[in-house]
Amino acid sequence: MLNDSILTIITFVPAAGAIIVALLPRQGRIIQWFSLAVALVTFGLALHLPINYVYGQPGFQFEVDQAWIPNPAIRYHLGVDGISMWLVVLTGFLAPLGVLASWNKIDHRTKEFYFFFLLQQTAMIGVFVSLDMFLYYAFWELTLVPMAILISMFGRDRGTEAAIKFFVYTFLPSALLLVAIVWLYAKTGTFDFVRLQSILAQNTAAFPPQALFWASLAFLVAFAVKVPVFPLHGWLSDVFSEAPTAMAMVVAGKLGLYSILRFNLGLFPAQARQVAPWMVALAVIGILYGALVALVQKDMKRLAAFSTVSSLSFCILGIFCFTVSGLDGAIYQILNEGISVGSLLLLVGFMYERYGTYEIASYGGLAKRMPNLATLFVVTSLSLVGLPLLNGFVGEFLILSGSFAGHVAWVSAATAGVILSAAYMLWMIQRVFYGTESGMVTDVSAPDMNFREHAAIWPIAVLMLLMGVASPIWMRAIDGAAVKLASPAALVHMAVTQ
Amino acid sequence: MNQVPQAYRILPELLLTVTGILIMLIEPLMPPGMTRKPIGFLALGGVVAALIASVWQLGLPAGTAFYGTVQTDAFSVFFHVLICSVVLVALLIAFDVFDGSKERPAEYYALVLFGAMGMCLMTSAVELLLVFISLEISSIATYILAAIRKRTGKSPEAGLKYFLLGSFATAFFLYGIALTFGATGTTNISDVAAALPNSPVPGFATLAVAMVLIGLGFKVSAAPFQVWTPDVYEGAPSPVVALMSTAPKVAAFAVLLRITYGAYPQLQTHWLLLVWIMAALSMTIGNLGALRQHSVKRMLAYSSIAHAGYTLVAFTALSGEGIAAAMFYTATYAAMNVGAFAVVSHAGGYDDRLVSVADYRGLAYRSPLLGGALAFFLLSLIGIPFTGGFFGKFYVFTAALHSGEVWLAVIGLVNSGVAAYYYLRLLMSIYGKPTDDAPVQLIPRLKGSLTLALLLTVSATLILGIFPGRILAMARAGAATFTGASENTR
Repeated sequence: MLNDSILTIITFVPAAGAIIVALLPRQGRIIQWFSLAVALVTFGLALHLPINYVYGQPGFQFEVDQAWIPNPAIRYHLGVDGISMWLVVLTGFLAPLGVLASWNKIDHRTKEFYFFFLLQQTAMIGVFVSLDMFLYYAFWELTLVPMAILISMFGRDRGTEAAIKFFVYTFLPSALLLVAIVWLYAKTGTFDFVRLQSILAQNTAAFPPQALFWASLAFLVAFAVKVPVFPLHGWLSDVFSEAPTAMAMVVAGKLGLYSILRFNLGLFPAQARQVAPWMVALAVIGILYGALVALVQKDMKRLAAFSTVSSLSFCILGIFCFTVSGLDGAIYQILNEGISVGSLLLLVGFMYERYGTYEIASYGGLAKRMPNLATLFVVTSLSLVGLPLLNGFVGEFLILSGSFAGHVAWVSAATAGVILSAAYMLWMIQRVFYGTESGMVTDVSAPDMNFREHAAIWPIAVLMLLMGVASPIWMRAIDGAAVKLASPAALVHMAVTQ
Repeated sequence: MNQVPQAYRILPELLLTVTGILIMLIEPLMPPGMTRKPIGFLALGGVVAALIASVWQLGLPAGTAFYGTVQTDAFSVFFHVLICSVVLVALLIAFDVFDGSKERPAEYYALVLFGAMGMCLMTSAVELLLVFISLEISSIATYILAAIRKRTGKSPEAGLKYFLLGSFATAFFLYGIALTFGATGTTNISDVAAALPNSPVPGFATLAVAMVLIGLGFKVSAAPFQVWTPDVYEGAPSPVVALMSTAPKVAAFAVLLRITYGAYPQLQTHWLLLVWIMAALSMTIGNLGALRQHSVKRMLAYSSIAHAGYTLVAFTALSGEGIAAAMFYTATYAAMNVGAFAVVSHAGGYDDRLVSVADYRGLAYRSPLLGGALAFFLLSLIGIPFTGGFFGKFYVFTAALHSGEVWLAVIGLVNSGVAAYYYLRLLMSIYGKPTDDAPVQLIPRLKGSLTLALLLTVSATLILGIFPGRILAMARAGAATFTGASENTR
């Protein structure tokens, strides 16, 4: 019984929480405590999924499929597989940390902040669990709104411009995505992902290949902007440096990458392979470009942004090589990215709360004053760099080994990105935490991490280690989905007919 | 022939007229210093009664009255309900704005009711001359309403501009009727369709459709007949703009649907091209114009031009689906636009204190409810899911794609992407931090009537966005009675 409604509950608990937040009085920390409770409850409910997941069973689980709007036939169809289940859990995991990160930093208009913050949770979880294209699109667009408003409200000084840039960047291609979705509906009479997948796989003759290609491209561009894939990354560094920490943690990566995996590979396997050489090339360019630009950043948040471009491009590389280990690695790396970049942004945010700047040059010799923060910062960086025993290694290793055979030259170049990432991260650590103490660090006496901050970071640190040494816990579910994506029924079918 | 008493077919119109006349009779008897609120309640009562009567009409068998000049069916009821609801909200918005002012609120109430009567009659009239008369009734009322803020210069200017250009456009409409009579020998909409194949001068009929399109294109402010819109909306008092940017357009779209699909289905190939051009132009000119505006009212005026374009896109879908989509779109447009102007009206007050986008900075700070409501309407105007605006656009563009109008759909969707920018600019401004001397600090507390108006419009927009099925089903029923009728005559 619970299995039928669990996804609905997980999706809408944050939204219900948001409505209650809007009615709470603005006194003390009632709103913060309440939002933390909502986030924790959501996370607890999300853990129901991996515990009750039936491993080895193909298809979607925890499904709900009800009519929503009779005409056009839009259904309320939710379900998760190995990929989306972990993404829901990841979203649930990051939410309480986001609340903790905002605890003191958001000191005015807390009601508005937590209202939109919780609404954003619902929108993101909705994206991952929707199996009706229309419902999916609705949640996909909804993710833009709270994000843009929060960036505008709580941006540093150019928040409004960053928010509008972000919104327009992602909204324009989404309009084309809608055209493609409606076109598919006009052709097939259904928005249901599962039915669409089987129709597209079986009646390949019914669709003009040219039109299918354009439709798949509309999907791909809309998702690539959101990832972002080079050269569509223009919005990211502005958004990273303006957005409040809790929002920057979730703005990039998982939504776009998940959508590429689910829809481009799921609905258009042949077309995805057609564009694969281009995507591999863009991915490698993105890896190197992101790393090189990160190397010269003076601002820690902008450095984090370009390092994100670089490591998300690794995911793209893994996806578009279409090998099981490459896909496994890419999906694993999406989770890593969420956790490790989240941790980096949290730590940088803690430093900002104390010193009021992200400027690398202002810091120096911080390790002596804040040994705890320095240690956790180093651990996070090593995870991002891909040190064995930590989570990043598993993902990057799988991606590189899975893609090497197919694209020797490109992947050789991509490995240089791993070295560069070590360079910019370690160089930043050296400048910020070691060396001679800077004037600012001497003048401002700031305490080391407090209990709240420890509570936000330690779960991540433990998880980074756990995901580095016990990856099968996650891989069990991911692998089944990756195998299906690597050799979809459609291609087998086409090979037989040709 | 039909057992239904003839008066039942025009019951909502009768109720509106009687209430309007009562208001005009009572007002002079009231002592000068006394509040005009009771008259406001009387007007509200009249509109609610008309609303109930319209719904009640749904129970009547569809049919005509008064020698086949008035027809009540699911189509007319749909628009009656829509117009009465918009008028209801417009009255609620004006409740406090006009009561404290030096103008006579009773004039406002009576004119709104007479205008509403004209608009309602437009949607149920099937005789072109009656359509013309009701169009004039509604137009004259709105001309005066635009100029009602007599003591400021801009309002009478707006009224005069609207009147001069409007009467010019109505003349085109009248020419269209004359040419129709010349081509077919009749001015009854369903007879026109039947007589058209035997027309001695088929060229007249084509010209007639073009004339009607020009006349009504002006009323819905579709490009290239949109030039008046920004000036008039800027000058007219905001509660009046809330009304005249929605209800008369809704009625004009209803007439446009009846004439194009009801009287001239055979000439589809001709008017389709015109509508196509008007739709593409309206969307593009509206959105590009809005991009350059700093004044919020002018921006919303351009945005309403763009939305007229979206509605016209639905006309190009040659089916019941297109008609239903157009009907649905007018409903969502009415809900969100009237709501947006409700906020603008309260925030600006009687003297339009808030003008530019920058003036709205911090509205959500000053009044979370007002700011949140405007933000919600803006999101709906952008077309964000879970709002009515999204499904409106969705149905329109789906209908267009179904009939193979891929290019128009692409133009429309690119336009809606462009539109996001200027709506967002205002949205972001609302959530920005206000300075201490910001004009939003002067906004008075929300009154009960405006809260009710916002509640009605927000929930309508939300219902259209989450459960569009029922409303679409009603629109389809309306479209069906009406395409069915035109098919019988073919």
